Amino acid sequence: MKHDSNLPLEYSTETNEMNILGFWIFLGAEIMLFATLFTTYFVYVDRGVGNGPAGSEIFELTPVMIETILLLTSSFTIGLAVHAMRINRVKAMIGFMIVTLLLGAGFISLEVYEFIHYYHEGATLQTSGFTAILLTTLGTHGAHVTLGLFWGIMIIIQTLRNGLNARTANKSFIFSLYWHFLDVMWIFIFSFIYLKGMM
Amino acid sequence: MDFFDRFSIPPHDDPMLYASIVAIAIVSIAIVVGLTYFKKWGYLWNEWLTTVDHKRIGIMYIISALLMLFRGGADAVMMRLQTAVPDNTFLDAQHYNEVFTTHGVVMIIFMAMAFIIGMMNFVVPLQIGARDVAFPRLNALSFWLYFAGAMLFNLSFVVGGSPDAGWTNYYPLAGTDFSEHVGVNYYNWALQISGIGTLMTGINFIATIMKMRAPGMKLMKMPMFTWSALITNLIIVFAFPVLTIALLMGTFDRQFFTNFFTTSDGGMDMMWANLFWIWGHPEVYILILPAFGIYSQIISTFSQRNLYGYKSMVASMVVISLLSFLVWVHHFFTMGQGAVANSIFSITTMAIAVPTGIKIFNWLLTMWKGKIRFTTPMMYSVAFIPLFTIGGVTGVMLAMASADYQYHNTMFLVAHFHNVIIPGVVFAMIAGLIYYWPKMFGFMLNERIGKWAFWNIVIGFCLAFFPMYITGLNGQARRMYTYSESTGFGPLSMVSFIGALLLAVGFVLIVYNVYYSFRHAPRNVGDDPWNARSLEWATHNPVPEYNFAITPNVNSEEAFWDYKKNGHDLFKGKIEDIHMPNNSGWSIIFAGIFFVFGFCFVFHVWAGVIIAFLGIIGCMIYRSFEKDDGHHIHKEEIEETEKKFGGAK
Repeated sequence: MKHDSNLPLEYSTETNEMNILGFWIFLGAEIMLFATLFTTYFVYVDRGVGNGPAGSEIFELTPVMIETILLLTSSFTIGLAVHAMRINRVKAMIGFMIVTLLLGAGFISLEVYEFIHYYHEGATLQTSGFTAILLTTLGTHGAHVTLGLFWGIMIIIQTLRNGLNARTANKSFIFSLYWHFLDVMWIFIFSFIYLKGMM
Repeated sequence: MDFFDRFSIPPHDDPMLYASIVAIAIVSIAIVVGLTYFKKWGYLWNEWLTTVDHKRIGIMYIISALLMLFRGGADAVMMRLQTAVPDNTFLDAQHYNEVFTTHGVVMIIFMAMAFIIGMMNFVVPLQIGARDVAFPRLNALSFWLYFAGAMLFNLSFVVGGSPDAGWTNYYPLAGTDFSEHVGVNYYNWALQISGIGTLMTGINFIATIMKMRAPGMKLMKMPMFTWSALITNLIIVFAFPVLTIALLMGTFDRQFFTNFFTTSDGGMDMMWANLFWIWGHPEVYILILPAFGIYSQIISTFSQRNLYGYKSMVASMVVISLLSFLVWVHHFFTMGQGAVANSIFSITTMAIAVPTGIKIFNWLLTMWKGKIRFTTPMMYSVAFIPLFTIGGVTGVMLAMASADYQYHNTMFLVAHFHNVIIPGVVFAMIAGLIYYWPKMFGFMLNERIGKWAFWNIVIGFCLAFFPMYITGLNGQARRMYTYSESTGFGPLSMVSFIGALLLAVGFVLIVYNVYYSFRHAPRNVGDDPWNARSLEWATHNPVPEYNFAITPNVNSEEAFWDYKKNGHDLFKGKIEDIHMPNNSGWSIIFAGIFFVFGFCFVFHVWAGVIIAFLGIIGCMIYRSFEKDDGHHIHKEEIEETEKKFGGAK
């Protein structure tokens, strides 16, 4: 937000504070969303296989490992971006954000590859209850990351255009919360869907 | 022409249906012509459709809720008429299925939810001394998404066919094998779209209540309705995502042929029932807690005493909100999850009676030795206590898992939940509406007509639902469109129909009362016509756009009472410029595109889905780049307004 002279400064900070609190509450709702997906996944993982393949038959460690590394690294770089923002180094901040988005794009491309692999293995959305919830959980996470890519681009454009101000800083910080959240969800997916599934 | 076949109305060609289509068309044309003739389009757009003012959004919610009340009420009367005599042929089985399904969905999602959210919108910011909610634009979007969902759902009736698998929409009945036509698709998308709006409301109000309270208003000094709103919105935020996912899975099953809830290829139909009720049971408390909040305000005002047991009221709501997530299995005790699971959920369910009982005693003790004034809102509150207790006791009966095998899916259950929802939620909303009417519109509703409506509704309620307890225990199943004479359900069902008619008369009287009072009621009712106690009554009647010219300074949960009786200085500061958000047409356009998206998805019109999806993305991008810093109302302007009202508040 531009610091218009007739705008009291507290007002702008108050809005910012509110946005951040609101976003934390939204993340609470997101946790419930993913919790529902995980719960359903755990119900279907053994009993919902039907005539389709089980997890251990279709999971491949290599792409999943690379995806994990990409996403974890991107969580680190978005942290660096926020740090750069705090010390008012706009160029570094934008640079780290671009790296973050590139890593996210790499993650998404690998996930697309993974989905094509599942398709060839005969594990489609329609195969069984298990494959349906597997692909829905991964897909929901993937859709969140994809949305994040576009969102990040919007924020980069706005920061380049208007510089770092109360508004863009607020947006960037909230974006970083979102990105870290997706990373945490991925850690759950990696541990409880892939690793547990391959054991 | 094949493309258009999908929009035709399925199986039955009932003359009533065509009559309704004609009626809808005539009313729509009349509205358009009327608005054009009286040149009200600009007023409607500028003052209402684009508003971000929490008071106007609240009123729009309440108007929509009343419309939905009449839609759902018409369904109810049709059902009671069909079952009034044995072997009736007024409705066929298919039509009856559609009617009870839409009755349930409309009443819960589009009537009760809208009513409570409307009340929260109007009352909460005033009660905490705020200028608006935390995110005014998001609030408008919440309303319009709800409205888009409601319209989508009601459209099913004339385009493509209504859902017919019950409001609980159990699979495999709701799957494509048994519900072939698009009805259940409508169910999925209408609930999905309005559910997103509700989730946003939840986030908005938690932020509002946590961050925007007037100085001095600690959490434990909030008026009880605000407390109930806070707890309710916490439940909304944690329950609605479950529905989102369940509906998504249902959509996938029906439209992309997955096997979530099928009975083959690893699908589990009971998973829907579980997910639905993990959302659905907290949903029940989303409805009832704000009602409790309203009763707390009304009973304390008209007993002319402070609320008894404030802390235990808060504690019991917190306990109820936690327990609400731990009882969902009691909706299907008979479906074979075993004795251990049933016992656990039986105990958690019965445990809810304890905090609820505490609240009942608190209300009774508030009235004890109070100087009670029997105004219409108070009469609803007094009627609520015994009627709700009966509903609660039958609830404990239903909670006993072994006995539930007798009650399950009978009219006993129908009687029970109407017995808690109508005296609980509906009475509270009517009472709240009458109570806050002068704050909303600046005049009072006629008490005499109001009391006529009250007696019709209370007696009608008892006649309509108490017979169902008996027929239910005698084995009458719910959702059956007819029964034979030898069952002996005939006479009691007739009584029930008469009760439904009385209820209908009561609701019509309420509408007549609005018309009558609008014409005849005096406009000089003052700012505090009920001699009330909490902060929302400290501002003018009707409330100016900015609510309070000076931010009030609070020292107790009855700040306004202290101001009136104990000389507390509520308005210490002086008038300054006030910052307000700008109106915007973005919300209604965004929700309109969501409507198109949902409609196209229901009918598998993929080109439309893609275009609408791009529209949704476009709206979000627009919002991201939009710079809207709001505007200021200047000091002089406020002083002038306040002078008109006779002094700053």
